[in-house]
Amino acid sequence: MENRNSEYPQQIPAEKFKLVQQDRHLSDVKLETKRISYFGDVWRRFKRDRSAVVASVLILILLLFSIVVPIFSYTDVSFREENYAFVLPKVSLFNGSGFWDGTKYLDSQYQGSYDYYRALGLESGMDPIVSEVKTDTDADGETRYAFRVDTYYEPGYEVKVLPAQEYESLLAYQQETGIQVFYPIPKTYNINFNGFKKGNIWYKLDVTEVDQDGNLIDYEQNYRDNPLDQNAKKAYQTALENTSGKAVLDEDGNVIPNYLRTSEPIDDALPEEKQRYPKDYYPEDAQRIAGDDGTYVYALKVQGGYRVRINIYNDYVKRYNHEPSFVFGTNVYGQDIFACLAYGGRLSFILAISVSLINFVIGACYGSIEGYFGGATDMIMERISDILGYMPFIVVATLFKLHLQEKVGPIWSLLFAFVLTGWIGIAARVRMQFYRFKGHEYVLAARTLGASDRRLIFKHIFPNSLGTIITGSILAIPGVIFSESMLSYLKIIDLETSGLTSIGTMLSNGQPYLSTYPHIILFPALFISILEISFNLFGNGLRDAFNPTLRGAEN
Amino acid sequence: MTAIIVISALVVVLALCAFFGGSRSKYVVKRILLMFLTLFVIMTICFILIKLLPLPLVKSINKDVELQKAKYAQRGYYKPIMVQYFNFWKNVITEWNWGMGEQLYTDRAVWPVMMQKLPYTILVNLYSILIAIPIGLAFGIYAALKKNKWQDNVISTTVMIFTSVPSYVYAFLVQLFLCVKLRWFDLTIKSLDETPLFSWQMFVSMIPAVISLGFGVTARLTRYTRAELSEVLTGDYMLLARTKGLTKAQAISRHAMRNSMVVILPMIIGEFIGIIGGSLIIERIFGIPGLGNVFVDAISVKDYNFFMAETFFYTVIGLASGILTDISYGFIDPRIRMGSRK
Repeated sequence: MENRNSEYPQQIPAEKFKLVQQDRHLSDVKLETKRISYFGDVWRRFKRDRSAVVASVLILILLLFSIVVPIFSYTDVSFREENYAFVLPKVSLFNGSGFWDGTKYLDSQYQGSYDYYRALGLESGMDPIVSEVKTDTDADGETRYAFRVDTYYEPGYEVKVLPAQEYESLLAYQQETGIQVFYPIPKTYNINFNGFKKGNIWYKLDVTEVDQDGNLIDYEQNYRDNPLDQNAKKAYQTALENTSGKAVLDEDGNVIPNYLRTSEPIDDALPEEKQRYPKDYYPEDAQRIAGDDGTYVYALKVQGGYRVRINIYNDYVKRYNHEPSFVFGTNVYGQDIFACLAYGGRLSFILAISVSLINFVIGACYGSIEGYFGGATDMIMERISDILGYMPFIVVATLFKLHLQEKVGPIWSLLFAFVLTGWIGIAARVRMQFYRFKGHEYVLAARTLGASDRRLIFKHIFPNSLGTIITGSILAIPGVIFSESMLSYLKIIDLETSGLTSIGTMLSNGQPYLSTYPHIILFPALFISILEISFNLFGNGLRDAFNPTLRGAEN
Repeated sequence: MTAIIVISALVVVLALCAFFGGSRSKYVVKRILLMFLTLFVIMTICFILIKLLPLPLVKSINKDVELQKAKYAQRGYYKPIMVQYFNFWKNVITEWNWGMGEQLYTDRAVWPVMMQKLPYTILVNLYSILIAIPIGLAFGIYAALKKNKWQDNVISTTVMIFTSVPSYVYAFLVQLFLCVKLRWFDLTIKSLDETPLFSWQMFVSMIPAVISLGFGVTARLTRYTRAELSEVLTGDYMLLARTKGLTKAQAISRHAMRNSMVVILPMIIGEFIGIIGGSLIIERIFGIPGLGNVFVDAISVKDYNFFMAETFFYTVIGLASGILTDISYGFIDPRIRMGSRK
């Protein structure tokens, strides 16, 4: 191998030597070559990490969801439609597919339940049974039915008293649009059925029973035969209340309507009032349903307004100008899970991002001072942060809640609780970086060249920790979101009374119905899981980008 | 009195250790003494903040408010805060008396009630960590050996997902699939009236909670083990061991595993202590009558004596796991000397 040194001139003329520095300040002279900026370099490395890019796209989507939905949705957290509680998720795209179309499958239903669902759609044409009906015979020889039910048509009708003003406006709406809102009132409107809404039993109920000896007892017939027998009356009422929903069918197998009529007494279950006809109020101009011979009653004047039977679906359309359709379904209060999720997510994002920003600033300052000066300063400051850091978070949150919630509201008290202890992690990272770098030769060199403490801290050592604290702040976000959801799940912070919601609140509302309506818990749980995974992936990607030597160290 | 003697004896022993011991044991002893100081300050802050709040009276028709006020006066709740504060420490240090339950477990001494609840909390956590250790170690070792191959990628991705997903999501999934759909377990655990604490039935009824906790612990343990072992495997002494003629299996089991265990073991202990404090929500979901449940109840009904005792418990847990983690960090990188001057 030839000696490469020999290619260079051995002798360098003395005039070529020149002092670089004489009076100039040399501690920080910019490099003259064109350089890639620090963040440009980070961005180049970040782009290469595919999972982190996917995660950031996911975060963006969730963020957009949380911002856009509250702006455009007509439902919000205060939206509560009790008639539409427990409605299943529905996307109109999937209509009729049996998947995500707001339908549920009911199997081994008895005759009564089948009659109930069959009758529900007959008046308005909103048939809740959306599939073929399969029949089967069980071990006792009874016919069992299996069919699919649209939960949006399931609420059916509601008998309620409307104030006069509301009644007039609904009547006007009905006449204007031709959409039938008022339906004839059934004779059984004042019976409290067990397990059925009184508005939905409009057909003649089968109140017969077979006793132990195999004799058929017809409670209605018994009562009609002895209208003055109190026991017969009571037995008839009890039989009505405990009905299975089974209908009396005519020769063609259809249910028989059982409406109040102007020509008949108001309630034939009460003989002492036999002479009272429902003529107290009778709207002459009522829009009548098909099959009405002009004697059906659509409203009864009562104290405080009118007793009417309204179609819940059409009433909803009137009030909100939208057909009821909830992408993620509704919960126990009839709140729209889709909208609540957006509001809850928005709260989580706002809280987590502001906590991170505040903690970033406090932690950076505190950690720099601690790490740079060391010794007694470090000792004292470290004790303070120790004390704050070792206070269990749940204790801090509780104390803030007990002292501040009434004065500043739950969100601020939560924010204070997060900030009080949250910056400690960042400060510890910064402090660690200062201990790592302050002994390095370049710091010594800069100090020798006359750089001040402040300059050393902010210009020379702190930039080294910038990467780790940005990463640290981002990686703290999933923790904040989790803690917030945990506290609201445990009801330690109560957001509901202030008209807010969060993912934890939604989860705790849905937990009792986990076995019957898992969709209430599914979507919030999915949302928070995706959010947590994305933030962790994003944070890991950032860490690798900021500090390539740590690549893959912890994942 | 016994508490005083025990604590002072402990302090003396620690001080002696600090004086005569080496630098590492000095550091540990210093940390432990600081732990007592921190604990004291935290308890002081909490006590004062709690006593500044108005004292809630039990709203009950049967109870005479005047009578209750008289009871509170007898228990000294209307004395100045500083007097109450000294009485509090006096009772705790001399008799280990944490007061009486006011709203929760009314008129029962706080500490015995908590000791009754403790076994549930410990058992659930112990079971889950005992299940997590073998699985976590096995996956971690396998991933480290197959580093950057597809097996490692699969394990690492799964671990990432499992550490990120909140523990209550597992709890819901376990409840939905194992308890509701498959009907293998009950939704909540059995009570002591049905079956004793250490019995097969009790263990079985705890399984859903144990599994829900175990996912996260297993994933974290896999991650530690993989990270630690893969770093050890790149060490020069591993090359030397192979050059000496050891097979790969011998080199890994005799050198790499032993070295990585030095770090992994304290992590496991720290993790155990940590999850005792972190299983609040799991206890709530599965109806485990443990300390976490009592804590949440105490907060919701504002029982301040229970709150103080639970705060003490959780603070001690946090401090202990912090010290263990710190000590294990010292093992990882002895070049970082905490507390040195500029």
